Amino acid sequence: MKQTVKALLTSFGVLASALGAGVGTTPAHAQAKTITLCWAAWDPANALVELSKDFTAKTGIGMKFEFVPWTNYADRFLNELNSHGSLCDLIIGDSQWIGGAAENGQYVKLNDFFKKEGISMDDYMPATVIGYSEWPKNTPNYWALPAMGDAVGWTYRKDWFARPEIQKDFKAKYGRDLAAPKTLDELRDISKFFQGREIDGKKVYGASIYTERGSEGITMGVSNYLYDYGFQYQDPKKPYAMEGFVNSPGAVKGLEAYKELYKCCTPPGASNSYMSEGLDAFKSGQVALQMNFFAFFPGLYKDPNVGGDKIGFFSNPVGPATHATQLGGQGISVVSYSKNQGEALQYIKWFSGGDVQKKWWALGGYSCAKSVLNDPSFPNSAPFAGEFLKSMGMVVDFWAEPSYAQLLQAEQKRVHDYVVADKGTAQEALDGLVKDWKAIFKEEGKKF
Amino acid sequence: MNDLSASSQITYRAVPIRPAVARRIRGLSDQALAWLFITPTIVLLLAINIFPLVWTIYLSFTNYRANRANAPTIWLGTDWYQSILTDPDIWAAMQVTAHFVVWTVLIETVLGFGLAFLIDKKFRGHGLWTTIILLPMMLSPAVVGNFWTFLYQPQIGLFNYVVAFFTGRDASSFQMLGDVTLSPWAIVIVDAWMWTPYVMLICLAGLRSIPDYIYEAAEVDRASNWRQFWSITLPMALPFIMLAVLFRGIENFKMFDMVNLLTGGGPGSTTEVASITLKRAAFESWRTGYSSAFAIILFVTVFGLANIYVKALNRVKSR
Repeated sequence: MKQTVKALLTSFGVLASALGAGVGTTPAHAQAKTITLCWAAWDPANALVELSKDFTAKTGIGMKFEFVPWTNYADRFLNELNSHGSLCDLIIGDSQWIGGAAENGQYVKLNDFFKKEGISMDDYMPATVIGYSEWPKNTPNYWALPAMGDAVGWTYRKDWFARPEIQKDFKAKYGRDLAAPKTLDELRDISKFFQGREIDGKKVYGASIYTERGSEGITMGVSNYLYDYGFQYQDPKKPYAMEGFVNSPGAVKGLEAYKELYKCCTPPGASNSYMSEGLDAFKSGQVALQMNFFAFFPGLYKDPNVGGDKIGFFSNPVGPATHATQLGGQGISVVSYSKNQGEALQYIKWFSGGDVQKKWWALGGYSCAKSVLNDPSFPNSAPFAGEFLKSMGMVVDFWAEPSYAQLLQAEQKRVHDYVVADKGTAQEALDGLVKDWKAIFKEEGKKF
Repeated sequence: MNDLSASSQITYRAVPIRPAVARRIRGLSDQALAWLFITPTIVLLLAINIFPLVWTIYLSFTNYRANRANAPTIWLGTDWYQSILTDPDIWAAMQVTAHFVVWTVLIETVLGFGLAFLIDKKFRGHGLWTTIILLPMMLSPAVVGNFWTFLYQPQIGLFNYVVAFFTGRDASSFQMLGDVTLSPWAIVIVDAWMWTPYVMLICLAGLRSIPDYIYEAAEVDRASNWRQFWSITLPMALPFIMLAVLFRGIENFKMFDMVNLLTGGGPGSTTEVASITLKRAAFESWRTGYSSAFAIILFVTVFGLANIYVKALNRVKSR
């Protein structure tokens, strides 16, 4: 017995010395707490991991990350929020979630915090503040700090475009030089031109566009045509009045044009493509043009096979009605069920800093801060920076209502049915969409 | 000291039940003892099965949304049931489900029984072949869904190349998953590939349960192989075949994972089986009341059909 007690005391002594030594020798790394940040698993997330090391070094607060692939991102994190889970202290949630998250009390309202810490929304690009932070839209009620600016853009094979024989063929066929398209008609022509063409002994195709059915893919793709052809979500003067705006003659033409592009100029088997399929198609040298979010462009530019001098970037071309593009990107919010709200807010304060925002852009994230984007050197800081800036000036977002998921599902179904499954006409698809959206808003108690 | 000598030194002693406990148990009637044993199971069943079912039935009459738990819950009566049963999209999903269930069960039964019949014959290496045939059903549906997506890829997929080899068509001229006509068959093929071995296994058990003396008696009576098959093999294996059909029918009625991975319900809604529609309503739109009503409708449908089928199965067994 005596021996056992002695052994125990010795063990405690050794343990205590070890801990004491640990504390004594590494005070800077002692981490008071660890907070978890939830986001999608993609290139910018890796940049954020790198960036956040500075936060840990400065505050001693450890960072854990929960990244989920895009196809499951909404399912996973909306389930987490809806079940009042405390997995995420901070969440970089999609722009469309903001209405639901605000109304259901899932995000912490940041107005008082911003005021206290001197964080002003005037320091961020207006489109990102409206898109990522405000609910209700266009009111000074902030639920997130604009974190990752993004929009749909395009990449093209600059090296193919530069080949004299290809240029000659194109000029002979279309009577103009082959260059990055400025209009959606030009984009279609270029896609048609490349479709089925043999380049370096390999059959290539026109364009990779979004057609995914399961989550949000085809909606994020078709919007770039619909907006430019005159589609509007509602009457600007009468909220939720959709008749004649969603299914306007221009919108119908836009939907037909998107279908035409899908039918004429995409690679075989592209009936369910979204971000990663687009990247695969472009990186493997299958397509001349690729629709994708700007977030991927730093990674593509670095790609050893198709990056560098071989790749070019352009913003969504103009359509007959207007020049617009689909907003991507997200704001960073504090989850109201988090037990570490203080530390999470500390992270937001740190993230809003000018130097941090500059580094964020340098590492591959897209800052929304005016201090970064309005810097005269910004457009030349990366080959895609100028086009990104241009895009952020013309972004339009999907509904951000609490019922956004239902609204999205309805559009996914109607558009996929028409574009990919050849069901009905464009007019019928958009009329059906108006009917679906009206029913959803009616269920929500909206008056229109 | 070796292990054997160590074990030889172990002495076994009966551990007496403590007198108080023994007295208490002895004092219980048979019925009380029975209740004592089954109570934990009943409690678990009530907590895991019955309560959620009753709760789901209750929710199906309300406007409840799980993502807005604080919003007032309004009693809607049978509104959701009426709206579901008159919704053409729901009926379209039910048709897709019916197509999937009927064809997969039919193909799996025919092929499964055929394979079982062949495997039942003793031949060299039949054990190895049985194991090889069983491999697909050992895989996870998520894995199967993913790799068949690659197999169906028009440019690099093996499936298209095999079809091209036999038909002379260009491999990239057709797409199994993106074509409205072909995609319902694409999911049927994958399910049949994966689950035919399961049907084979059940049928094999049926075939092995037929006593040899019946065949010996038939041979004495000079019955042909054909006659033996129709008069002995098939009738005696029929309850097993019917059981396999029941299992596969129920399983495929609620098929979700594989179809979701292969097509996500697309193109359009061509392969949107009922469980995908249900999942979207329940966990994407968070229409909990509506999806509860839909779940109850599906449950009643499966339960009703299974009951009719089990009665038929019992009739066959009692013949």
